[in-house]
Amino acid sequence: MKKTNNMVVPWLLLLPATVLLAAFTHIPAVMTFINSFYRTPRGNRPARFVGMDHYADMLGDPVFMAALKNNAIYALGTVPAAIALSMLMAIIVNSAIRGRALMRMSFFLPTVLPMIAVANIWLFFYTPGYGLIDQFLGLFGFHERNWLGDPDTVLGSLMVLAIWKEAGFFMIFYLAALQQISPTLSEAAALEGTSRWYFFRRVTFPLLMPTTLFVMINAIINSFRLIDHVIVMTRGGPDNASTLLLYYVYNVAFRFWDTAYASALTVVLLAVLALLAFVQFGVLDRKVHYK
Amino acid sequence: MNSWTGWIKGALAGVAMLGAGAAQAAPVEINFYYPVAIGGPVAKIVEDLITRFEADHPDIKVKPVYSGTYPETISKALTAYRAGQPPEVAVMLSTDMYTLIDEDAIVPFDDFVKTDEDKAWLEGFFPVFMVNSEHDSKTWGVPFQRGTTLFFWNKDAFKEVGLDPEKGPQNWDEVVEFATKLTKREADGNVSRWGMQVPSSLTSYWLLQGYVAQNDGKIADETGTQTHFDSPEVVEALQYWVDLAHKHKVMKPGVIEWATNPKDFFEGRAAMITTTSGNLTNIKTNAPFPFGVQILPEHKKRGAPTSGGNAYIFNGVAPEKQEAAFQFVKWLSSPEQAAEWSIKTGYIAAREDAWATEAMKAYVAEFPGALVPHEQIPYMVPELSTHENQRISRVIDDAIEASLTAKKQPAQALSDAQKEADRILEDYRD
Repeated sequence: MKKTNNMVVPWLLLLPATVLLAAFTHIPAVMTFINSFYRTPRGNRPARFVGMDHYADMLGDPVFMAALKNNAIYALGTVPAAIALSMLMAIIVNSAIRGRALMRMSFFLPTVLPMIAVANIWLFFYTPGYGLIDQFLGLFGFHERNWLGDPDTVLGSLMVLAIWKEAGFFMIFYLAALQQISPTLSEAAALEGTSRWYFFRRVTFPLLMPTTLFVMINAIINSFRLIDHVIVMTRGGPDNASTLLLYYVYNVAFRFWDTAYASALTVVLLAVLALLAFVQFGVLDRKVHYK
Repeated sequence: MNSWTGWIKGALAGVAMLGAGAAQAAPVEINFYYPVAIGGPVAKIVEDLITRFEADHPDIKVKPVYSGTYPETISKALTAYRAGQPPEVAVMLSTDMYTLIDEDAIVPFDDFVKTDEDKAWLEGFFPVFMVNSEHDSKTWGVPFQRGTTLFFWNKDAFKEVGLDPEKGPQNWDEVVEFATKLTKREADGNVSRWGMQVPSSLTSYWLLQGYVAQNDGKIADETGTQTHFDSPEVVEALQYWVDLAHKHKVMKPGVIEWATNPKDFFEGRAAMITTTSGNLTNIKTNAPFPFGVQILPEHKKRGAPTSGGNAYIFNGVAPEKQEAAFQFVKWLSSPEQAAEWSIKTGYIAAREDAWATEAMKAYVAEFPGALVPHEQIPYMVPELSTHENQRISRVIDDAIEASLTAKKQPAQALSDAQKEADRILEDYRD
């Protein structure tokens, strides 16, 4: 009697969380995986098993290939830049300068704003001719540019926005990590007469590595997960030059209503993310801690 | 034991009777999903109309649900339908008709049209608008809010370069000729005013359709299963559009946003523009200079695209609710209401008798520009509408964008698009 009680209580305690997780995470994930092997049912056409067809179709789907390439560029461009910028901002606002509170607030402000609002503001910044950026560059004699209407500049324009939006959030983690570093280290270094750059390179930076790993994982996930600005600013155009993977999944699922193909795309997206997380945790984690 | 079951039976019968009684007394409640794709106090106008409808029909109660943009509306309505809770009526794109039929989500109007009055109402719509509402000799939706594109020009700019400010260009060659004169280049090569601008972000196929119609071609069959993207008429039409930017250099290269296009016009950065008739009021209010508006210039003949929303009645709801929904749609699209909706929103009233109402006559007398869309009706062509329409329109939009950004030659882009469209539509051909 007592023994069963011991078994039941922990399970009962876990039950609410298990039900929620299963209903909203695990079952949908499994269903997505299963659906990806069937054809989308329509009103007058039932679902039909098609095996790996959707996955084979992807290889010949130019939009999927463009989305994959764009997302790779987007991640490679935004993640290191956001990390570097947030580290720099954290170091600036960690030092004893005047107006520190104001600086911290202004660096953090982009994070507080909703992405939709930010995207609408930047839409105006990028307006050809009389938008803020063109007006500013015009002072130096640059010609007007159609930033979002040109396939060569559109992805870069979105990346700048993403870096600006993300960096403030990551700064908070770096700031917390910087304040954990014992001041005795810098005092000792000062006694030895090290330069500030040398101190940063050999002491601060290595001590920040666990934070960097955490921030990097989050930044990579965000680069696949955040697409609000794509919807507001470009809708993936021109000619899919700014289509990101998740935006394509959204389009296929909720505009084209091809939910089965969208499931297959989602599985690929999940696989990519899982692989990246595995590499980071499995391989890098062993190297980041300062010994 | 016996008395127990008897008591329960009696109670159940009582509850059933109560329920039946309540159903008779209470009005039939229907949900009405509507999108907002234009500026202005649309929600207020809708509420106002519904209040008057309910006063006329005390047995029906309409619950208006603002459902976002057009794509959001169909997403919400189809999701609700799949969950077994569809709205009774929704305003969705006329071009989504095949998608809705394929999902088995809507019912045809024919079953509800019984009296002669009903028939007269259904026959009152302009035929061109009905093409996007009919399939398999049934009527699946009725035109609720429709639009077209119009041609606007800046009269001050015309005067400045010595053109007659009262006369817009009448054909393709004149557009190029006028635009060349109107394009203003600074000494450093920067263009401070473009001669002509045509929007090309999102549903740009719509504008291409205008050019194709003027070039005496057709972008797709009315069966919804065959597109003609690679036909010579379509290729020439896109080539003309692309040439404005890249050969004649009178249009801003790259993709031009729908929203910035009228703004460029107000700012004097574009002397002539094509935009939706829904912008008439916007331009009338905001242009700081006298402007002209006319129907689209011709090439081999006149031609213009149409667009906009149908009212659809959903499948999977109780028959009395569908009947109530039909009464509501019929009332909403009858001449008086159609005229009122057109005047307040800028959409084209989709029936001739709406243009004959007193309210409409008074409005047109006060603002003659409002008559231009009506003048264009004889030249209009049905909008591109196929099975899996969202996907097909994305394919052609991508081809247009690739051409305008000089990533592909128009002929190549359109041939690629046709192959992709064939692949998608293959399943729907017999």
